Amino acid sequence: MKKKVLTVDDSRTIRNMLLVTLNNAGFETIQAEDGIEGLEVLENANPDVIVTDINMPRLDGFGFIEGVRRNEKYRAIPILVLTTESDAEKKNRARQAGATGWIVKPFDPTKLIDAIERVTA
Amino acid sequence: MDMNEIKEIFFQECEEQLAELESGLLKLNDGDRDPETVNAVFRAVHSIKGGAGAFGLDDLVSFAHVFETTLDCVRSNKLEPTQDVLKVMLKSADVLADLTNAARDGGSVDEARSRTLIRELEALANGETPAATEAPAPKPAAAAPKAAAPAPVVEKPAVNDEGFQPIPFSFGDFDEEPAAHYVPTCQILFKPKKDLYAKGNEAVLLLRDLSRLGEMSVYCDMDALPTLDKMNPEEAYFSWKISVTTDKGEDGVRSVFEFAEWDCDLDIHTIEEDVVSEATDDEELPMQPVPFDLSILDDGGSVAAEDEPAVIESDAAAAVAAAETASKVAQVASRAADNAKAAAAASAASAAQANQAAAAGQTIRVDLDRVDRLINLVGELVINQAMLSQSVVENDSNGTSSINMGLEELQQLTREIQDSVMAIRAQPVKPVFQRMARTVREIADITGKSVRLITEGENTEVDKTVIDKLAEPLTHMIRNAVDHGLEMPEKREALGKNPEGTVRLTAKHRSGRIVIELADDGAGINREKVRQKAIDNDLIAADANLSDEEIDNLIFHAGFSTADKVSDLSGRGVGMDVVKRSIQALGGRISISSKPGQGSVFTMSLPLTLAVLDGMVVTVAGQTLVVPLTAIVETLQPEASAIHSFGASQRLISIRNSFCPLVDVGRILNFRNIQANPMDGVALLVESEGGGQRALMVDAIQGQRQVVIKSLEANYTHVPGIAAATILGDGRVALILDVDAVVAASRGHSLRQDISLAATG
Repeated sequence: MKKKVLTVDDSRTIRNMLLVTLNNAGFETIQAEDGIEGLEVLENANPDVIVTDINMPRLDGFGFIEGVRRNEKYRAIPILVLTTESDAEKKNRARQAGATGWIVKPFDPTKLIDAIERVTA
Repeated sequence: MDMNEIKEIFFQECEEQLAELESGLLKLNDGDRDPETVNAVFRAVHSIKGGAGAFGLDDLVSFAHVFETTLDCVRSNKLEPTQDVLKVMLKSADVLADLTNAARDGGSVDEARSRTLIRELEALANGETPAATEAPAPKPAAAAPKAAAPAPVVEKPAVNDEGFQPIPFSFGDFDEEPAAHYVPTCQILFKPKKDLYAKGNEAVLLLRDLSRLGEMSVYCDMDALPTLDKMNPEEAYFSWKISVTTDKGEDGVRSVFEFAEWDCDLDIHTIEEDVVSEATDDEELPMQPVPFDLSILDDGGSVAAEDEPAVIESDAAAAVAAAETASKVAQVASRAADNAKAAAAASAASAAQANQAAAAGQTIRVDLDRVDRLINLVGELVINQAMLSQSVVENDSNGTSSINMGLEELQQLTREIQDSVMAIRAQPVKPVFQRMARTVREIADITGKSVRLITEGENTEVDKTVIDKLAEPLTHMIRNAVDHGLEMPEKREALGKNPEGTVRLTAKHRSGRIVIELADDGAGINREKVRQKAIDNDLIAADANLSDEEIDNLIFHAGFSTADKVSDLSGRGVGMDVVKRSIQALGGRISISSKPGQGSVFTMSLPLTLAVLDGMVVTVAGQTLVVPLTAIVETLQPEASAIHSFGASQRLISIRNSFCPLVDVGRILNFRNIQANPMDGVALLVESEGGGQRALMVDAIQGQRQVVIKSLEANYTHVPGIAAATILGDGRVALILDVDAVVAASRGHSLRQDISLAATG
């Protein structure tokens, strides 16, 4: 069965890049535009892994991750964070919020798929 | 979708983000201190940077990065967004827009300008706050918790405390000898903490990744595992001793644990291959290397079968099963509990996805071409419906038939469809208004004036074609308002005004048209100067008696400029006459009102769409013409007593004690050679260029209706005095009158010379 990825990012560009990259790599992809929508979509989506941005309107990535971890059903789901450069401070905060790992932007398809493969069975 | 399409999306998004950025900065400039405003501004730049990075647009990335860093200082309250700071930021937003355009369309940007701004931005980021707390700071800060973590990060040689014999080896040998003689082996001690599982990492996946590096053996230490009744399923009880023979080196191994190393005790060191066995022999625990069989990983279901922790055999299955148990144990509880729910949810997945789509799709993007095609079709539909109605009426004298009822409904539906389609094309004037902010900034900079642009009604919607054609005249008017309208700050102060001049740009809907006002609080029109200039340029006679209004409107005459010397700005050779023409080409009108010392107000009134027009259908010399309703002030039946002859062939009509030239449309358009008798027709009082009124003589009024504009130029050729054509309900083509061209012709200009005036979209 195809692995399902939920991506959360407010940038239409990044959403499309994720979509194309993931679909090409054989993943099923569902998308949300910010943390709030991410949590809504998540409820019935049953993804295998989540990829989320940090800087987003309404609810940012940190809040989103905390929200996912509070959810009994998804508290152990792998969550990858998209960060620009290797912003150590943000990485740290994302980890504290419960992120599994991170992908450094700008990502190339290999990096993205590698990271996803790494945290999913 | 391929990368080029995504890139297209990126640039579209950039435009939105740039607009967001600018409006956010302007809000901050107005004293808005809402953190969400700052966040939105930051996000806009951040987002552009992110996308630009993906496409390798380095110039854009590096500028956005500096900009972002400075904005981050504002966001974290390290930098107060004062007017001066925002000035730099607004300029930076302009440069960012330039860079974006350059990235999309090629071309170059003013590099000196962007370099200057980068320096200014960096100065802002560093200037008001100690450099130490800036960007570089997080790095050492982040390193600290890592070092403080319980996991001893052991240097290569320091291997003693784990019970290994110190092994002397030369760094030189180690570094320079890859796989030639031996492949180094890494000894790994890996003890996950419970957080590792809580954050979604899995020991078994890490082992899987390690196994991909090279030959691996694993020993699982389960000593800490309590009996089942005391076991906390969320706790991490297992640890592993792993040795991997890999040419990827210690770094390669460490990278496997990149996500995990914060939440585990991890000790990695490299030993030479030939001492591996010695080292293991010296281990306190009898470590038995086992080959790691990856295939078992894929067969994920058999955890329960390995449920006998007492019997630990040193074979592959046990090692893997143990690994799997450990990771599952932590998660199985929560997952199992949710299995039922999950199954139910899965069945509802498709329904959920439909919901999702609905939630996500608030807007769609459509090619303008498609919308235009739709509009054309609806135009045809309107005409067709009118034709149908007419023929039904002609063939069926019984007005109550069901066909008639159906037709009425059809008519209403057609009208609604038309309105809805027009609404698709309608867009807020906001983007144009925002561009004006930049224009104001640039001119203020050049002229050394201090200007504040206030925009109102930016969300007023108007047809996209109107918006597109609005930018140019508006830019010029703004330029004029700042350059000629506003006084220098010192002068303003001397006059007791705020040294900062105000330009107010307003848009609103008024009776089916959009009205755009541009008001400045400058000196107003200097009527003496305008009058003198007009006399010098032979526009008016030296002794002409003009009202204030008429003098003000002189500035719309071709080649008129009151600036004593041609400045850098007005040197572009565009006068207010060109502005007026472009507004008229849009079917609009422009007027000015000015108060000396208090400023001027330019008012433009434009149609909401260029596709349909409300017109009065009239007959002239047997021809059917449509006169745009917006041009008509009133209609009247002339009385003999009101008609006065004037000169050789001119006639005037007196309306409420003022005289107004009477224009015979049939003569002007050469439909007939003799003047018609005014008493036999109807006079349409129209507002014309320069604010004066004319009475257009037509033979009869047929009615008033909405017509679909068909370009005459595109389908035939330009006809002087005619703006466009339309198709009436009876299928006949009717010409739409170009009122201003006709009026100009009546002044003695020939229609031929006024071709350019008559150009209409």
